[in-house]
Amino acid sequence: MEEIVQAFFNREIATEALPIVLQGLLNTVLLSLLVVPLGLLGGLILALLAHSRSPFIRWPLMAWVDFFRAFPPLVLLILLFAGLPFAGLELGGFACVAIAFFLNTGAYYGEILRAGIESIPRGQVEAARSTGLSGLQAMIYIVLPQAVRNVLPDLLSNTLEVVKLTALGSVVAVPELLFQARQAQSVTYNATPIVMAAVIYFLVLWPVVRLLSRLENRALAVRG
Amino acid sequence: MPPIVSAKAIHKHFGTLHVLKGVDLDVAERELVFVIGPSGSGKSTLLRCLNRLEEPTSGSIVVDSIDMLSPRTDINHARQRIGMVFQSFNLYPHMTALGNVTLALRKVAGKSRAEADVLGRAALERVGLADRAHHRPAELSGGQQQRVAIARSIALEPRVMLFDEPTSALDPELVGSVLAVMRSLRESGMTMIVVSHEMGFARAAADRVVFMDHGLIVEQGPPAQIFESPGQERTRTFIGQIQRH
Amino acid sequence: MSRWDRFLDTFFNLKVMAKYLPDILSGVVLTIELALAVVITGLLAGLILALIRSVGIRPINWLIIFVVDVFRSLPPLVVIVLVYFGLPSAGFAPSAFVSTWMSLALVLMAFAEEIFWAGITSTPKGQWEASRSTGLSFSQTLLSVILPQALRLTIAPLTNRTIAITKGTALGTVVALHEILGMASSAVSNSYNPSPLMMGAAAYIVLFLPVVVAARWIESRFAWKR
Repeated sequence: MEEIVQAFFNREIATEALPIVLQGLLNTVLLSLLVVPLGLLGGLILALLAHSRSPFIRWPLMAWVDFFRAFPPLVLLILLFAGLPFAGLELGGFACVAIAFFLNTGAYYGEILRAGIESIPRGQVEAARSTGLSGLQAMIYIVLPQAVRNVLPDLLSNTLEVVKLTALGSVVAVPELLFQARQAQSVTYNATPIVMAAVIYFLVLWPVVRLLSRLENRALAVRG
Repeated sequence: MPPIVSAKAIHKHFGTLHVLKGVDLDVAERELVFVIGPSGSGKSTLLRCLNRLEEPTSGSIVVDSIDMLSPRTDINHARQRIGMVFQSFNLYPHMTALGNVTLALRKVAGKSRAEADVLGRAALERVGLADRAHHRPAELSGGQQQRVAIARSIALEPRVMLFDEPTSALDPELVGSVLAVMRSLRESGMTMIVVSHEMGFARAAADRVVFMDHGLIVEQGPPAQIFESPGQERTRTFIGQIQRH
Repeated sequence: MSRWDRFLDTFFNLKVMAKYLPDILSGVVLTIELALAVVITGLLAGLILALIRSVGIRPINWLIIFVVDVFRSLPPLVVIVLVYFGLPSAGFAPSAFVSTWMSLALVLMAFAEEIFWAGITSTPKGQWEASRSTGLSFSQTLLSVILPQALRLTIAPLTNRTIAITKGTALGTVVALHEILGMASSAVSNSYNPSPLMMGAAAYIVLFLPVVVAARWIESRFAWKR
């Protein structure tokens, strides 16, 4: 028992590692604040384009979305990080994470927003257009606010996944929470810093998970 | 002859709400008892206590000489003898009509699939839906769904049938087909307890009408007496309201 | 050499590709094995937890909810790192394969439990009552009447979640698992050419794109109608 405590909950090492791990938490928060809006932006662009009636836009778009749903985000990240330098383009871990998230999470957000937009009855647009609003205005003021509200649980759930996904940054040396914890671990030869990182992730994200499980239960009940 | 259903001093509380306040009800074999009363009077709760879908807070219930509230009673086995038909049909949407009817035959009565199919088809025949055996509930009209639900109960050859507002969810033109099935059941000698607002059916088919209000039986008697000359003011008011519609 | 030729020579170098094709293929086999193991054990464990939860024993349910919440909150990569680098200190040193499998299966279990549970609770109360009134027991009702309906309701969210988590097999590369990405990465550093990575990427598309397309079809096919 004492060994387990020493290996996973070592107080000395925890004290030593705390500043390093907290720096990681700060970076994870900053990274999330960058990649979530970026992904949302990508998703919004996709969803608006998908609204187009032309099959020449819709089909390639669907292929694009399915491509990124099939493609593991880590592979995308490594492709950018290790592949692009061969084309003479060295972007650094941070920029690669930003691009990969824009592409990957954008596809997921896009799919959610598209479903939201499709859930709004045509009459809403017709009513807005009949009062003289342009198509874009009708989209921005009438359709999108309702659409977002309809798919809020899905958006929140995806955002949770995006925040968790920032841990991938550790693979390309972005000093986020997991990376910092592993640095501390390799210096101290002790698993305590990684346990700290796990506990921090849990404490920060648990409220979101609780909220989501309520929202999801309700959503499925309504559908049933 | 002892009554086939005997409920004594049934109380039911939902939290602070006192829904049944000491109800006694005896039903003789082959009798059709019709329970009426305003919504919230406790009539559906009483029905659901009889097969213990609701657990009575206190009282005793004996059905076909089985003590329903005894912990030693195999409630699942006892429930086979008490058929129940619901307002909202509650057919299993993922099964065909025949599947709905045969499930309990196989799982509770222990019949083989072949035996269960024969009995199931016979039950569907009795409700006039032999040709719908392989349809799913979504492909049937409301009246047909309710008749399948009745077949699901009678296939188990129950001693008593409970009907909880069986026609309330139906479009008016579909009510007749369900009532016709209930009438033929009655003629075959089935003991039935019916909670319903179909006063015409009550007049024509019931042996006894029970009027409930605020968790108590206010008055009971033959239909002619309850409808034409009720003894209680509350009964008179209720009958009056119903007949104005 | 034109720029286009140089591009092809760099990213789609046939000689390099031919040399590392066997490596990539062995990575594909490992990825498939890992993915199947994760899907089967994760979904099964999630289903069992949901069924236990429906029995409704309070302390057990709290435990289930807590475990599920933990694995929904933690990034899968953190779980993998914790299992692979942490557990040896507790005297249990799982291999890279077992670490990745265990971690992803636990994460899938958590999400699957939540989805199955939502499906079970959203099946109307009348279904329980009708079934119990014909004498079926609690477990017979759960298995014959409730579960088939719940499964149908959950199939779309479940497939999407399963795909998202199964793609995480690529995370195994962080603990030196020789799956597709791991094989491709080491081939890149050995050959100093990115072509193996392109092959690896193509392999993922070949593996997962059909599943994504199938999921789309399933979603429209099983849209619930009563």
